[in-house]
Amino acid sequence: MGFDSLYVLVQTALIFVFGSATVVMIDPQLKFLAETALLVTFSALLYRWLFVGAERSLHLLVLVGIVFGVFFRSLSGFMQRVLDPNEYAVLQDVLFASFNSIDPTLLAVSAIIVGVVTIIGLRLLHTLDVLSLGRATAISLGVDYKRTVTIILVLVSVLVAVSTALVGPVMFFGLLVAALAHYLTGNGKHAYVLPAAILIAIICLVGGQVVLERIFAFNTALSIIIEFLGGIVFIGLILKRGAR
Amino acid sequence: MIIASQISKSYGDTVVVDGVSVAIPAGGVTSIIGPNGAGKSTLLSIVARLMSMDAGTVTVDGLDVTKTPSDTLAKRLSILRQDNHISSRLTVRDLVGFGRYPYSKGRPTIEDKVHIDRALEYLHLENLSGRFLDELSGGQRQRAFVAMVLCQDTDYVLLDEPLNNLDMKHASSMMKIMRRAADELKKTVVLVLHDINFASWYSDTIIAMRDGRICRQGPAEQIIRPEVLREIYDMTISVNDIDGRRICLFYE
Repeated sequence: MGFDSLYVLVQTALIFVFGSATVVMIDPQLKFLAETALLVTFSALLYRWLFVGAERSLHLLVLVGIVFGVFFRSLSGFMQRVLDPNEYAVLQDVLFASFNSIDPTLLAVSAIIVGVVTIIGLRLLHTLDVLSLGRATAISLGVDYKRTVTIILVLVSVLVAVSTALVGPVMFFGLLVAALAHYLTGNGKHAYVLPAAILIAIICLVGGQVVLERIFAFNTALSIIIEFLGGIVFIGLILKRGAR
Repeated sequence: MIIASQISKSYGDTVVVDGVSVAIPAGGVTSIIGPNGAGKSTLLSIVARLMSMDAGTVTVDGLDVTKTPSDTLAKRLSILRQDNHISSRLTVRDLVGFGRYPYSKGRPTIEDKVHIDRALEYLHLENLSGRFLDELSGGQRQRAFVAMVLCQDTDYVLLDEPLNNLDMKHASSMMKIMRRAADELKKTVVLVLHDINFASWYSDTIIAMRDGRICRQGPAEQIIRPEVLREIYDMTISVNDIDGRRICLFYE
C-alpha cells in the first residue's frame, strides 16, 4: 500500500531538509511518534478517500497503492541523488530493516500502542467474520460498514506504521503471514486466523533471524530473507489463483 | 409497510431510478418485474440501505433507512442479492448462523441454535449442514443463503432475483418457501423476478418498473394482461387462463 515507500520518503525528506546532524539530535521517541502519526494520517486519508461513497474494488485500492508507491519512491530517489554522499550513507543505514538496531527506548511506546490496537481488534473479531461475507451481506446483517472498515483500516495502519517506524520496511511479510494463516487454519474464522497469523509471524521472524545469524553470519539483512520467501509465496498464490 | 418517496439515483449521467414513489404493503409476497435496466435491483438495494440515493426518503415501518442505526434495521429487514461470492471457507451451518449476528453479535445462545435448526429445516438443508459452501451445487448454495436470511428472522425479506441459476424444480420450491414464509411466518417478502409466470402465480402484489419509474402496481390480475405487459416490455405477450391462473406465453 505504498507504506514502505512513504517511510523511505519521510526519512529521506528529514535528512534532505534538516541534514543528518539535526536528525540524529531529535529525541527518538518524539521522532518515532511523529513518524507513526504521519504514516497513519496518510493512510487514513487515502482509505477515507477510496472508501467514501460507492463500493470500490480491492484492485483499485492495490493499484492506487502501487501508484503512490512509485510516486513516493521517485520523490525520494530524486532527493537521494541530490544528497551529499556522507548524508546518504547515514540515510541508507536507516532505510534497511534491521532487528538488531532497534532503539530500546521505543519498545515501551510500541508495546502500549500495539496493546491498545490488540484490545480493540479482539472486540471486533466477530465483526471481522461478518465482513468477510462481503459488503452487501455485512450491511444486511447490521454492520455499520463504513465505520467498521474505517476503524479496521486505521488499526492496520497504526500497526504497520509502528512496525515500520521501529525496524524499517519489510515488504511481503504481511502478505506471506496472512496467506499462510488462511491456508493453515482452513477456515475463515478470525478467532483462529488471527492467532495463527501472530504465531506464524513470530516463527518467520525468529526463524529468519536464526538463519541470518547462523548461516549467513550477519552478512545479509533479515528483510532480504523474508522478501525472498515472501516473493515466492506471492508468485505461488498468483499461480494458484490462475489455475482455478 | 415500506414507503419510498421521490427516490432518485443516477450513475454519472445515466438516471437509473427516477423519482420513484411506492408503498409496499406489509404481509404477503410482492414481486417487482420489468425489463433489464429498469432499476429494479437498484430500487431494492436503496430500500435495503446497500446503496445511497441522490434524493428521496425510504421508511420501513416508520424507520428512515438512512438514519436508523444499521443493527436496529437488521432486525427488521434483510436482503439477499444475486451474486454472493464468499472467499472464506464456511459450512452451511456457519453461514446460516451468521443470520443470528444482529441478535447475538457472534456469541450464539441456545435460542439462536433453535433458530438456526429451524431455518435449516425450512429449506431442507439438514443433511447438508456440515458441508462446505464450495462443495455445493448452485441451487444448494442459493438455498443456504436464503436460510441465512430467514434465520435473521426479520419482518421484511428482500430478495434480488432469487431464482437465478435454479432449475425448474428448485425455482418452484424456492417460490413455495417464500409463499410459506409469507403465510405461516407472516413475513413481508419482496422479490425481484424476471419470470413473469412465477410472479403471476405466487405474488399478492406486482410492481412493474420501466426506465427507472414505476409504471404499474396492483394485484396479479391487474398487471398480467396483454395490454399492460406490452406497455412494460414492449412485446406481444398472450395471457391464458389455466385453472384460474394467468399464464403468459411469449415464446413466439
